[in-house]
Amino acid sequence: MTEKLHIEDIDWITIILYLVLVVFGWLNIFAVSYNERFRSIFDLSMNYGDQLIWILTSFVMIILLFAVDHRSFYFFAYPVYGFAIVLLLAVVLFGTEVNNARSWFRIFGVNFQPSEFAKLATALALARFLSGWDVKIRSWKSMVTLLMMVGVPAMIIAVQPDWGTALVFSGFVLLLYREGMPGWMAAMILFLAGLFLFTLLLVPAEVIIALIAFAFIGFAILSRKAKHIVAGGAIFGAFLLVLRLMTDLLSLDLNQYQVILITLVLSTIVYLIMIYLYKLKRFLLVLAILFGSIAFTFTVDYMFHNFLKPHQQMRINILLGKETDIQDVGYNLNQSKIAIGSGGFMGKGFLKGTQTKLNFVPEQSTDFIFCTIGEEWGFVGTTLVIAVFVGLLIRLIFLAERQKSNFARIYGYGVLSVIFFHFSINIAMTIGLFPVIGIPLPFFSYGGSAFLAFTLMLFIFIRLDSVRKVYVI
Amino acid sequence: MDRFATRKNIIVLIILVVSAGLVMRLFYLQVIDTSYKLSAENNSKRIEILYPARGLIYDRNHELLVYNQPVYDLMIAPFELQAFDSTELCEILKIDLERLRSGIQRVRNPRYRREPFIKQISPETYAVLQEKMYKFPGFYVRSRTLRKYNREIAAHLLGYVGEVDEKLIASDNYYVMGDYIGVSGIEGYYEAALRGEKGQEVLLVDVHGRVQGPFQDGRFDRDAVVGRDLECTIDAELQEYGEKLMKTYKGSIVAIEPSTGEILTLISAPTYEPSLLVGRTRTENYIKLEKDTLEPLFNRALMANYPPGSTFKPVHALIGLQEGVISRNSTFSCTQGFYARGVSVGCHVHKSPLNLIEGIQNSCNAYFCNVFRNIIDNPDYNNVTEAYNSWRDYVMAFGFGNSLNADFINELNGFIAPTFYYDHYYGENRWNALTIISLAIGQGEILTTPLQMANLAATIANKGYYYIPHTVRNIAGIDTIENRFTERRVIPVDTANFSIVAEGMDLAVNGGTGSTARIAYISDIKVCGKTGTAQNPQGRDHSVFIAFAPKEEPRIAIAVYVEHGEWGASYAAPIASLMIEKYLKGSVDPGRKWLEATMLSRNLLSEQ
Ligand SMILES: [Zn+2]
Repeated sequence: MTEKLHIEDIDWITIILYLVLVVFGWLNIFAVSYNERFRSIFDLSMNYGDQLIWILTSFVMIILLFAVDHRSFYFFAYPVYGFAIVLLLAVVLFGTEVNNARSWFRIFGVNFQPSEFAKLATALALARFLSGWDVKIRSWKSMVTLLMMVGVPAMIIAVQPDWGTALVFSGFVLLLYREGMPGWMAAMILFLAGLFLFTLLLVPAEVIIALIAFAFIGFAILSRKAKHIVAGGAIFGAFLLVLRLMTDLLSLDLNQYQVILITLVLSTIVYLIMIYLYKLKRFLLVLAILFGSIAFTFTVDYMFHNFLKPHQQMRINILLGKETDIQDVGYNLNQSKIAIGSGGFMGKGFLKGTQTKLNFVPEQSTDFIFCTIGEEWGFVGTTLVIAVFVGLLIRLIFLAERQKSNFARIYGYGVLSVIFFHFSINIAMTIGLFPVIGIPLPFFSYGGSAFLAFTLMLFIFIRLDSVRKVYVI
Repeated sequence: MDRFATRKNIIVLIILVVSAGLVMRLFYLQVIDTSYKLSAENNSKRIEILYPARGLIYDRNHELLVYNQPVYDLMIAPFELQAFDSTELCEILKIDLERLRSGIQRVRNPRYRREPFIKQISPETYAVLQEKMYKFPGFYVRSRTLRKYNREIAAHLLGYVGEVDEKLIASDNYYVMGDYIGVSGIEGYYEAALRGEKGQEVLLVDVHGRVQGPFQDGRFDRDAVVGRDLECTIDAELQEYGEKLMKTYKGSIVAIEPSTGEILTLISAPTYEPSLLVGRTRTENYIKLEKDTLEPLFNRALMANYPPGSTFKPVHALIGLQEGVISRNSTFSCTQGFYARGVSVGCHVHKSPLNLIEGIQNSCNAYFCNVFRNIIDNPDYNNVTEAYNSWRDYVMAFGFGNSLNADFINELNGFIAPTFYYDHYYGENRWNALTIISLAIGQGEILTTPLQMANLAATIANKGYYYIPHTVRNIAGIDTIENRFTERRVIPVDTANFSIVAEGMDLAVNGGTGSTARIAYISDIKVCGKTGTAQNPQGRDHSVFIAFAPKEEPRIAIAVYVEHGEWGASYAAPIASLMIEKYLKGSVDPGRKWLEATMLSRNLLSEQ
């Protein structure tokens, strides 16, 4: 299986899409920090100078990737994964504390974020594991192994605490789904990730009410019989009413939250009796999922309040926009929407943005870079960026599907999962469709390790694709 | 090839649906919804911080002591700067072009949105400038308030207001660069109540920096909440009178209302005028005061640790009575001192033998050496250490050895030696009552602050309890003070024993021959007092006096320290008696003007 690299085998379409994103991204970082004291685009004291160095470094790394034997990615998948885990543990213990989290190493003045590389390593390891001949994804044993492979780095990152990046790992569900994970299980994992986020965002009582409402909807869909729905609702309603009256009349010391839980427990007892009497076994699932979710909510809430130090809780609350200081009125998000909204259809023009310059949202060049695109390039610009991303993602699917090698295909889906998750969640959070969880926009956001990691991740796949004709592991 | 290959279509669909959702939302935000679009092309918004007026401070008779006066800071918003007529601005501000240029250079730091260019410009300049502000885009005026004082008194008690430093900004996100904060005294301790709550206005501004109106109909605006007014416990009249009496001395006066623990007067001399630490000249004046060898910034009332001297004798009497090692009728003889096994403590000439009340009246050193020896050698305890610890527990119950936890930021603890201190010094079990006999006369390893001694006077006046001394009696709007100031602290000594000690302190002032504090006698007020001399290894001893009055239903308890005044009766006692008279009668009786004149004419500062 000797191979020779043929230039025509390299997928230039992907590379061009990548370069479009990189160039446009850098121009926006430049626009954010550009001011009248501009000296040189290599000015290292400015974000754009710094980023430019990282971009050039990444280009060198790309060339190195093509020099490396393509089989090494398969063979070193597990060692790389193991090394990433070690780095993650090390950064939790010895990392530099920035914004109340230990996510960074500072080596020779360069900031390095192991969690960015952990995504790449996890994609490699998943691909290696799933491409094994005897692996059946639907067996419990493989499922547990896969969930561990994704879960362990995510947990360590959650301890830093960088819960936004930890959530990115739920994006691998897309890969697992493509490789045959049952659809309901994929949905369940995404549901838990969402529940996790909303437990942090809301108070537990609100989450529990929402869960009960969901359970009712699930129950209604499952039964489709009016009498079941009315009976179920009536039992719950009756208990709720009685309990409310009792708390008022006997002036019991119960809060809303306890009333709901007691109602739920009492109704469940009645439901169980009815399920037993009328042989309605299929509804047990609804109850099981409901109680499982409530237990999960409590666990997350408990972990948040008992395992995190107050300043770490504060960091997550600030990230989610639950706590703000007076300078940052209600706020990053609103700022971001105003900036994007003020761009209008055509935008204000390159370097003409005022919102993104005047407000100094701290993450202006990192997590909120999309604001600058929105303000200076308008709807035309934002749509174009989304179009290029969609083009890249669909191209990745096309490339993945043409691989003979299972390893290359699965890895391709890993790359796709991570980029898609970052792309969709980052833009959704800057325009108020998703809670602000502080993850960067691939190839755009300022930040050397993230940029390098995304580039390496993508080009390992392009490298694997370039030998698709000969590579069959 | 594999049976899940069709799932790629679902994944493509997910990508397309999500992206379409994002594009639709963006279309709404950027094209349809105009609420995010600002009217003019290059409009931007500006956050104007609204500074609340700081709470006012009144005295106990509701006389206004501290209020606010507006001043104006000229600010620069670096990114809004545009070309302007610099000569005109210089003329208005009366500065030269170079100063303007360097000022602008200095604030061109994009990290901060706005920076002060010239602080506290005069109201006249402001009036001229206000008219022409529109000509200078990027400049604007921020109005602030400074403290102003009706009487130049109580500098240490009121404290002062300074600017926040970077350390504080990092630790408390309420404050931003340039904010003011109470640093010491009431201003410092009650900062949270006094400061109020900053508000903000978010304004739309056009290219020229002109305000176009509220941003999004003022959705993000928030009114400033004015700071809470405080009613402090001091009597301004009395405070001023005390400061006048202390003008030529170093030392301290603390007066407390025994029934509440309210501090009537808190003086540390020499003091300074509170208005010195306000405004543009604050830093300059502060440095000057800091360099003054008389240490006017040092708050002696809370921070000077003196040995209490004979004023501590009542405490020994109370402990001795409570422990049953002496009684009211215990007599000891004094042959001009106390002599035992090589230890000698001298005493002055007075009648002998004496009982307890006479012992206090005459301040007999020998008497209290015997009392102290009985306490430490009490056979009820197994050893000296145990007996000493019991004595120490009593002393600590009076509020010595620890700060009283009053409402000050910088109150010191004083010192009551723990046993290991002596163990370390003499060796374990190698010390006894005689080794530490100087404690009997309030000397040796014992230090107290004037505040603690005034509190002792208040405790004796109350016959067995005190309230933690405090300087604020009401916070407007909350109408209460912290709980600890209204909880009675009871001393584990019977009321009857306090009556005996009070009797002795009565005779010390009002008795006949041998009374040590006759100088404090006031014909129509029964003052109970105790003189003392605080040893001072650096020079002449300090004159100390504690007292309360009237004897029945006391309304004032006081401690006076005059550094280098030597005998309690020579400076501290007359000053205390004048203070008591002033407070209880409103003025000093013409018959006692001579005493006032004498105290005012003496000077212990120039002798230094
Ligand atoms: Zn004597």
